[in-house]
Amino acid sequence: MDIQLEPQAAGRMSGEELKKLHERMKKREKSRRLRKLGARFGVNLIVSVLVILPLLYALSIAFMPSGELFSMEMNLLPKAPTVDNFVQAFAKIPLFRFILNSFLVAGCITIGQIISCSLAAFALSFLDFKGKNVIFMLIMATMMVPGEATIISNYLTVSGWGWLNTYKVLIIPYMTSAMGIFLFRQFYLTFPKSLYEAAKIDGCPNLVFIIKILIPLTKSAIGAMAVYTFINAYNMYMWPLLVTGTEEMRTVQIGISMLNSVDSQSITMVIAGVVMVILPSLLVFILGQKQLIRGMFSGAVKG
Amino acid sequence: MAKLALENVRKIYKNGYEAVHNFSLEIEEGEFLILVGPSGCGKSTLLRMIAGLEDITSGELWMDGEIGNYKEPGERNLAMVFQNYALYPNMSVYDNIAFSLSVRKKDKEEIDRKVHETAKLLGIEQLLDRRPGELSGGQKQRVAIGNAIIRNPRALLMDEPLSNLDAKLRTQMRVELAALQHKMKTTTIYVTHDQTEAMTLGSRIVVMKEGEMQQVDTPANLYDAPANKFVAGFIGTPSMNFFEAQAVREEEGVLLLVGEHRIRLSGEDAARLRAHGADKVWLGIRPEDIAVSAPQEGRQTERRPGWKEGLLADGNYLEVLITDIELLGAEKLLIFLLYGKKYVAKVPAETQVKTGEQRRLYLNMAAAHLFDCATEKRI
Repeated sequence: MDIQLEPQAAGRMSGEELKKLHERMKKREKSRRLRKLGARFGVNLIVSVLVILPLLYALSIAFMPSGELFSMEMNLLPKAPTVDNFVQAFAKIPLFRFILNSFLVAGCITIGQIISCSLAAFALSFLDFKGKNVIFMLIMATMMVPGEATIISNYLTVSGWGWLNTYKVLIIPYMTSAMGIFLFRQFYLTFPKSLYEAAKIDGCPNLVFIIKILIPLTKSAIGAMAVYTFINAYNMYMWPLLVTGTEEMRTVQIGISMLNSVDSQSITMVIAGVVMVILPSLLVFILGQKQLIRGMFSGAVKG
Repeated sequence: MAKLALENVRKIYKNGYEAVHNFSLEIEEGEFLILVGPSGCGKSTLLRMIAGLEDITSGELWMDGEIGNYKEPGERNLAMVFQNYALYPNMSVYDNIAFSLSVRKKDKEEIDRKVHETAKLLGIEQLLDRRPGELSGGQKQRVAIGNAIIRNPRALLMDEPLSNLDAKLRTQMRVELAALQHKMKTTTIYVTHDQTEAMTLGSRIVVMKEGEMQQVDTPANLYDAPANKFVAGFIGTPSMNFFEAQAVREEEGVLLLVGEHRIRLSGEDAARLRAHGADKVWLGIRPEDIAVSAPQEGRQTERRPGWKEGLLADGNYLEVLITDIELLGAEKLLIFLLYGKKYVAKVPAETQVKTGEQRRLYLNMAAAHLFDCATEKRI
């Protein structure tokens, strides 16, 4: 049987009709995209408000006179904002000194860990020697031991050396970390080995290789490691509490708890202190994060 | 000046795997030596041992009469070009080329002069300020070569340097590499799995298989007189056809029985086979030595020396079934079936053949190779 083909097949439209069709489809697509965007924005907004609300509330309390906090009304924002709490906190404890101490200690620990961990990881990933895997496993095994388990013996050791109440007792025990070695090693394992071999054939010593090639190319790992280590060191509590007793050696996390003494309890003042303590670590994170992302991108796209 | 020699070199990895067995070879000054073989044959391991990136388990590496086994890679005065170029991405092209000189703390002006000289030689002068990430594959390859040749190494080691390039660029770089080596006269050891690269570049080729040297010879000799069945099958594309044959001695010459086909062998081949005394042999015929028709007198069908004479000898044909045809342009590949096995013939494109056709294919017995079935060595 023959099938008659219609000479006027579908799809033949005048220019005007075609234009209308285009416009209609474009509109539909646009509204769909807008709806999607709105939904995504909404979800993001809800989650971020949930996360940031406690922080914002703390910030608001820091500016409240204490009378406002202890009222029956719901006070989300201070009605009569005051900086009294901050002034009081500064008067009560040497907060600047504490922050300075913390920065010094955390900074030294960060630099120390980056140097020691990257060198150890270099040896564990690029060099070939007997017992390499055993050593790596031993290092990993130390991660299984909780810090609290060794804290007493560490304390006895450093006190035996007469190191209590010094900066070195806060810094030196934390100069390296298994976590850092692991992080760097994993990163170095993805580093093209032929670059190391090329450098070796070019007659480049290991240290020159690390400084001139490895470090510039692993900035992102170093950045991540630096932020992680700094914030961890800044937040240290147990060890500084144990080994420092004098006011001038105290780090900020210990210092801030001094505000919360029994005889002068003022929550607004404590919160004001806490807000000030959070600021530097937030700042480090924000600055570090930028560096981190830049580093990550330069490494991710293969050049 | 730069003579390298390997003597009974072996490499056994920690897990007990022996990658290279007793390898001995002398590499002459200015030579372009190719190490070729399928993957896992130990060619890269050998190169890395020469470079000092792998320890030599036993045996000696001689460099200008000195034992080189225990020298650090940087002290051997060798340069290496890696498959993935191994350029330092954080440095400019200039610094990449200059790197080996600058770590040796050479004079700045001298470095500058040499970098420009090298860049000019390779045609990358305008790229000196760029980063490797901004370069194309071919340009990266040139920079890697520049980094290697700038300090006039004792020998240039290349580990599959062209395999990351696309086909067109590869051919172009191949020609340039050959010209460069010709100009610089640097001893070059070049590893590849691509036999076309090996045949076109090398002045001598080492064919390797499973850590053992199969044959060292010039490209022409490898093609015309392969030492064993492996070399014969490895060199040449498409690879050589091997027919299992029974040798029957006659008064004059030898008769080879390939299934029901009787192929007469005469002259030197027959004499050699007689002297050798093997009964079962592999008859090796290259695809280009097979034709669909016997050549007629007066027609220009000679493609290789001895072609006509070889074909005219009587009874040197096979009755086969053509199963596939691949057109390559000027030539056609005929895939044919004989006693359940597939073989290939290369014929001019204008040849009239159809798939599924029964055809008589003629063998150029003057270019035939015979291999002992037991030892696989050439007879």
